[in-house]
Amino acid sequence: MFEHAGQRYFIVDSHVHMWSAGPDNWVKGQETYAKGWIECFHAYQSLGPEETHWPIEKFMSYTHEDFVHDVFEEGGVDVAIFQSTYLEEWYTNGFNTAAQNHALVEKYPDRLIVNGRWDPRDGDAGLRRLEEDAKRYDLKGVKLYTAEWNAGSRGYSLADGMCTPFFEKCKELGIRNIHVHKGPTIWPLDKDAFDVRDVDIAATTHPELNFIVEHVGLPRIEDFCFMATQEPNVYAGLSVVIGGLMHARPRFFAKVMGELLFWVGEDKMLFGSDYGIWEPRWQIEGFLKWDYPGEEYSDYPRLSDATKRKILGLNAARLYDIKVPDGMGIPEAGRREGAELVETADA
Amino acid sequence: MSAPATTARATGRVRRPPVRRPAPARDAADVGLRARVLAALAAVRDPELDEPITDLRFVSAIEVGEAGEVTVRLRLPTPQCAPNFAFLMGADARRAVARVRGVRRVIVRLEDHYTGEEINRALRGSAGFSEAFPGETDDDDLETLRAIFTRKALIARQATVCERMLADGWSEETVLGARVRALPDLPEARRALMLRAELGLPTDGDSPAFVEPGGQPAGAPGLRRWLRGARLVRLSLEANGGICRDLLRARHGPAADLEEAGR
Repeated sequence: MFEHAGQRYFIVDSHVHMWSAGPDNWVKGQETYAKGWIECFHAYQSLGPEETHWPIEKFMSYTHEDFVHDVFEEGGVDVAIFQSTYLEEWYTNGFNTAAQNHALVEKYPDRLIVNGRWDPRDGDAGLRRLEEDAKRYDLKGVKLYTAEWNAGSRGYSLADGMCTPFFEKCKELGIRNIHVHKGPTIWPLDKDAFDVRDVDIAATTHPELNFIVEHVGLPRIEDFCFMATQEPNVYAGLSVVIGGLMHARPRFFAKVMGELLFWVGEDKMLFGSDYGIWEPRWQIEGFLKWDYPGEEYSDYPRLSDATKRKILGLNAARLYDIKVPDGMGIPEAGRREGAELVETADA
Repeated sequence: MSAPATTARATGRVRRPPVRRPAPARDAADVGLRARVLAALAAVRDPELDEPITDLRFVSAIEVGEAGEVTVRLRLPTPQCAPNFAFLMGADARRAVARVRGVRRVIVRLEDHYTGEEINRALRGSAGFSEAFPGETDDDDLETLRAIFTRKALIARQATVCERMLADGWSEETVLGARVRALPDLPEARRALMLRAELGLPTDGDSPAFVEPGGQPAGAPGLRRWLRGARLVRLSLEANGGICRDLLRARHGPAADLEEAGR
């Protein structure tokens, strides 16, 4: 839990990684890509406050101890959710696989959740793997990369019929949360990897599932907002929004937050630090202190204490059935205020 | 965004980086050609952001040879930046420089990019994007993608013009009914008309001042509502541009004098 201004906050960090990206894990012949990828991530870290920057050596190969210190001890995060990323063509043992992440979950089973993956192009073998993973890791969610290449295919759409058995399998296995990476990507050629229309179609077709659009579709925030405002089961994943803008571009951050609160609403926004790109502490602290930096933002919805509680933890707790300790929820007044904001967004 | 998009193409004026002194000795013809090449590059835009590649610091060097051979080096904020847009900017840069008086041969090189080899090969010849990545893409898709962002840029520029007119005292009704000839003399207004022309939409004085990307008069749901959506489109472009600038600075350091004009 995070203490700020005499208040205690329940924190769910919905987007963390435990990756291995050092030279010992680079695939022979693919070193340029493996190195380039992690250096690119490292450049993102520079968008946070200087005192939180790491040397590249630590950034490539941080340890379980670093994670526990930065996320739990310093960050005050109660529960964190691993979003797995494979990249096995560049990293011998994978970049950040469910298996890697699970090694840490075993040490902190009450505080860590690992999400799996599927790829409709893997067909029946993919369905079997999903079943096995669901059992092994007790999956409640998956992270999908629609722009990923696979056996000659340059990406897929969630609206493709071949996704249907996977969505059905998710329902059967109790996997309710579908995180979709719609943001900066490494595989786009002609595929418009940022296009979010497929999420719209999938969310309408599968109202039992929740669709969390990671990085809010950057650089296509507007398409995401126009869609999310119409779909009750589409959520905004704030990783990169807080980490990449709050410190580096505070005025854009204010506008992006204002727009998300207006179009998406405070009940459908999820904090994610994207650790190890950025440590959670400065993001949580900064967001708790944050308000619009001036009068020019007056036509955006206001943030209350309840707004921040929802975004920092309660919304994700609801999606993942995480028990919120007594006294850490939202007082009645805050709840009413939230409902008004959602109405504004729908108006 | 640190600076509004320049209007080099619209006004004929070119924003030049400050001149570093002492400059290496060059003869006058060489300096003149370099300046013309830089002016041409300042009219090439990142299709996704609708900003000049020179403002974005994507041009890292211009080398001018004695016989009018020009080499332009481009760099992007990350090695993983989308190859499709990288190719579009490289091809646009090449085309723009080839038209400059005194240029006999142009080489555009994209540096430090994970598909740089493929893209540079395509940029050397007359090959399109599809030939750079055989069997993986086709050029029609690329132009479709460009058009998506041309439409977004139009919406974004119109938002700025509309805000300015409202601030200048226009009523919502008069803004909605305005014609092109009534548009204020703003860089964004000129840019919006250029984008309309690129999309094949009318730009004559009698056509509506504000249009949807499909050509219909804008503001059917009411001006305020239309403006709310248009501002969001602008914010998306600007926030993305901000991240690009920050990542480029992280990779290449703060701007050095004249880096865009070559070393």
